[in-house]
Amino acid sequence: MNLEKVIFGFFIILAMTLNFGFFIGDLTDPQQHDVTELFAAIVVNLIASVLKFGDRTQVGAIHLAASLVADLQLIAAAILWAIAVHGAGAGLTAATTASIVSLAGGAFLANVVSVILLIIETAMLRR
Amino acid sequence: MTIAATRPAGGAGDVPSVVFLFLRRMRAPLIVLIASYAIAVLGLTLIPGMDADGNPWRMSFFHAFYFISYTATTIGFGEIPYPFNDAQRLWVTVSIYLTVIAWFYAIGRIFALFQDPAFQRVLATATFSRRVRAIAEPFYIVCGYGETGSLLVQALDHDGVRTVVLDIDAERIHEADLADLQSSVPALAVDASLPHSLVLAGVRRGHCAGVVAVTNSDAANLAIAIATKVLNARVPVVARSESREIAANMASFGTDFIIDPFERFGAYLGVALSSPSLYLLREWLTAVPGTALAEPIDPPKGDWVLAGFGRFGRAVGENIAKAGDRVLVIETDPEGAGLPQAVRGSGAEAHTLEAAGVRSAVGIVAGTPSDVNNLSVVMTARELNPDLFVVMRKNRIANGILFDRLRPDIVMQPSRIIARTAFGILTAPLLHRFFALARDRDQTWANELVARVAAITHEAVPDTWTLHVDRHSASAALEWAAAEALRVEHLHIDPADRTNRLPVIPLLLARSTEELLLPADSTPVRPGDRILFCGPREATRRQIYSVNNPNVMQYIVTGEVPSSAVWRWFARRGTKPAARAG
Repeated sequence: MNLEKVIFGFFIILAMTLNFGFFIGDLTDPQQHDVTELFAAIVVNLIASVLKFGDRTQVGAIHLAASLVADLQLIAAAILWAIAVHGAGAGLTAATTASIVSLAGGAFLANVVSVILLIIETAMLRR
Repeated sequence: MTIAATRPAGGAGDVPSVVFLFLRRMRAPLIVLIASYAIAVLGLTLIPGMDADGNPWRMSFFHAFYFISYTATTIGFGEIPYPFNDAQRLWVTVSIYLTVIAWFYAIGRIFALFQDPAFQRVLATATFSRRVRAIAEPFYIVCGYGETGSLLVQALDHDGVRTVVLDIDAERIHEADLADLQSSVPALAVDASLPHSLVLAGVRRGHCAGVVAVTNSDAANLAIAIATKVLNARVPVVARSESREIAANMASFGTDFIIDPFERFGAYLGVALSSPSLYLLREWLTAVPGTALAEPIDPPKGDWVLAGFGRFGRAVGENIAKAGDRVLVIETDPEGAGLPQAVRGSGAEAHTLEAAGVRSAVGIVAGTPSDVNNLSVVMTARELNPDLFVVMRKNRIANGILFDRLRPDIVMQPSRIIARTAFGILTAPLLHRFFALARDRDQTWANELVARVAAITHEAVPDTWTLHVDRHSASAALEWAAAEALRVEHLHIDPADRTNRLPVIPLLLARSTEELLLPADSTPVRPGDRILFCGPREATRRQIYSVNNPNVMQYIVTGEVPSSAVWRWFARRGTKPAARAG
């Protein structure tokens, strides 16, 4: 067992689970989507991206690309939230909540790709 | 080529990417930074506070991130939106140390990374490779930037030819970077004898016009020549070699030109002794155009004293003996040099010079590998016999000022000979052929040619150039050549007045089937012919003007003026430069 692999896998899977936790629930109901979970998802996603830096293999490149997509979508969701709550002053309406959550949903897909890649990589190593 | 097929596309091959290396090294500091921000922001949102009216209030992520952003970067706007309570202040204190230290760590790592020699090497390699790829015209790869390499690069740059420099010594690469050159010369400190270095320098690129191997080591030059021939057989290789075995090895796999400075100087000196006019001709035609013409030399016949019988002395001695003169050798180790009858000594002492017979000799050759020794030999010998003809070997350019003071008749400087020869081979291959053919001609032939060259130049070194009768460089002349109506004389008729001749001399006409030395005026010119001319620069311009202008060419060949109004305008344009120069 390799500690580096454990940490790498831990952050990638945690990024996906946190992302999923924020995403799940009624699309338009702000009560079912906790902003703290969005924050945690962003932080863990950023760390996962940094962990993928510097791997020049083909799989490594797609890993990093998927992670960057997730970062981009989650940060867009966070900016949308900040504008809705603090900028425009309108609060979390059903429409903005739907936008934020669907952005997080896209990030979730990217994170799923990351995890699939992780599984494929591991399976190939076992062989 | 199988090598090309197995490499990934992009050409750069094994160059580690700067961006990836940077990101990999920055992983730890970036994670520390993200984690410290996350902890500080999360803490602020969790600690209960109060708003301006005393109601319980919690900081939102937006405010917390804003606050930490300006606190961590030590900008510090104060406690907003509401003043903090003690619990919040305690947490902010922790956050400040946490985030500021994380920033220092990250910035420190960036600086350390840029100072890292390994990273700098990767950076230099990447920059070099990018600059080589940006060259969109023919270029030469010069391996070795010592005295020879720097002279050659300067000369090529002066002619507007692009070069790429490789040298194993980083100091020399700094010199190349600082050199006062017109075009950008990519230079990299790397062992040029490794094939990968040559690939980096662009040996496989279509624009690569040649590789020049002039490092100090014959073995490295050999390795460069082999690697070049394997990597790209099309590219011509010019290599320096000071040993006959290595030269033979280089020739065996098709190295195009092998330059041995000692052999070559020996041959020059042989020419100088047997045919001073031919020697003078070479001096004139290979010097920098526009500079003063070299004075004719008049080497005497008789006995020569030769100090130092190494590679240089041996080559010189052979050629003096070939010219029919006797050679008296002084050598520190006569047995080692294989010449037991030689006088033992360095040649710097008066008694060895006298023992060798310097008083009755006509010339002296100071050919030891030490400049100080050579200077001493010449000064002592001149005291004994002031009328000596002096040939000196100069090993270092830096000693030039001392040699100038002594005014020797001929100076031999290995680096300059190699640079000049390589330059001639690369930029004027026909001139190289011209001298090869001229060597077989007699003294009278050379005398006549020297007189002709002297008549067209005004005390200044003439230009030499090659006129290629093709679509690009002589479109109008090509039409007449294709019609079999063009003769050599047409190429040096004054475009302004058909009865006048331009002051140029056709030295050599080369076509695939034959080479004609000093082609006669009546020689027919065929499409694809290359003709070597020499003459003042002004004449070059007028010749290029007429061979590319159909009307002028018609006038020159047939004497007919095509259409009067247009022709007059062309004729005026053609004569203008002459009027200015006159």
